[in-house]
Amino acid sequence: MKYAFTLLLITALCGCETVQPWERGSLSKEEMAWQSDVMESSLQNQMYTSKEASSGGNGAAGGGCGCN
Amino acid sequence: MRFLHCCLLVCLYLPSLVLATGVAVGDTAPATQLPNLADNSTTSLHGLKGKVVYVDFWASWCGPCRLSFPQLEQLRGELGPQGFEVFAINVDEFEKDALAFLREIPVSYHVVRDASGDTPRNWGILGMPTGFLIGRNGVVRKVHQGYRKNDGAALRLEIIELLRE
Repeated sequence: MKYAFTLLLITALCGCETVQPWERGSLSKEEMAWQSDVMESSLQNQMYTSKEASSGGNGAAGGGCGCN
Repeated sequence: MRFLHCCLLVCLYLPSLVLATGVAVGDTAPATQLPNLADNSTTSLHGLKGKVVYVDFWASWCGPCRLSFPQLEQLRGELGPQGFEVFAINVDEFEKDALAFLREIPVSYHVVRDASGDTPRNWGILGMPTGFLIGRNGVVRKVHQGYRKNDGAALRLEIIELLRE
């Protein structure tokens, strides 16, 4: 059973394919982005961290007032 | 079991071994002949031997390519009479995307196309755009990855230096 699992794992790993730099056309499309609007996402993050009094927890220093 | 472990390691590291090959400074530029984007005729890089050539791998979805095109066009306009040429290789999946890009940013230099991925693979492209500055003797003198606003000025000096050789 253990051998079968290892073989299966090896076979699965051989199927891994790196997306080459010239193949990123589809990935660069707007609908493929994690955030559809970077500015809006940043603003929402700012509001969220200030309301939760956790400003700085997202990588940026600052107070909890949401004004910086 | 040890054999299986070896197989596992080979499977993990094989892709990085494949990526390690490519064209580097000091190498002779590989023979490259590709169809032009605009028509069915082909252009060969070998046909430009004797000139200083900037081989530019680009795609319509690549942001820095949008920045590089006007600058390369300007450089070619200025230094073309002295023997400078641009050989732009489009790697878009769909030809219409590349044509739309060129309608927006028209250029007068050679624009060829390879959607198969063979040419960028042979040249060992690691990012978009990647440019290869090739001397008059066909030897790669500089590999330029990415493109920033001030890169054109530095590139111009490098081209002038190569044109003097």
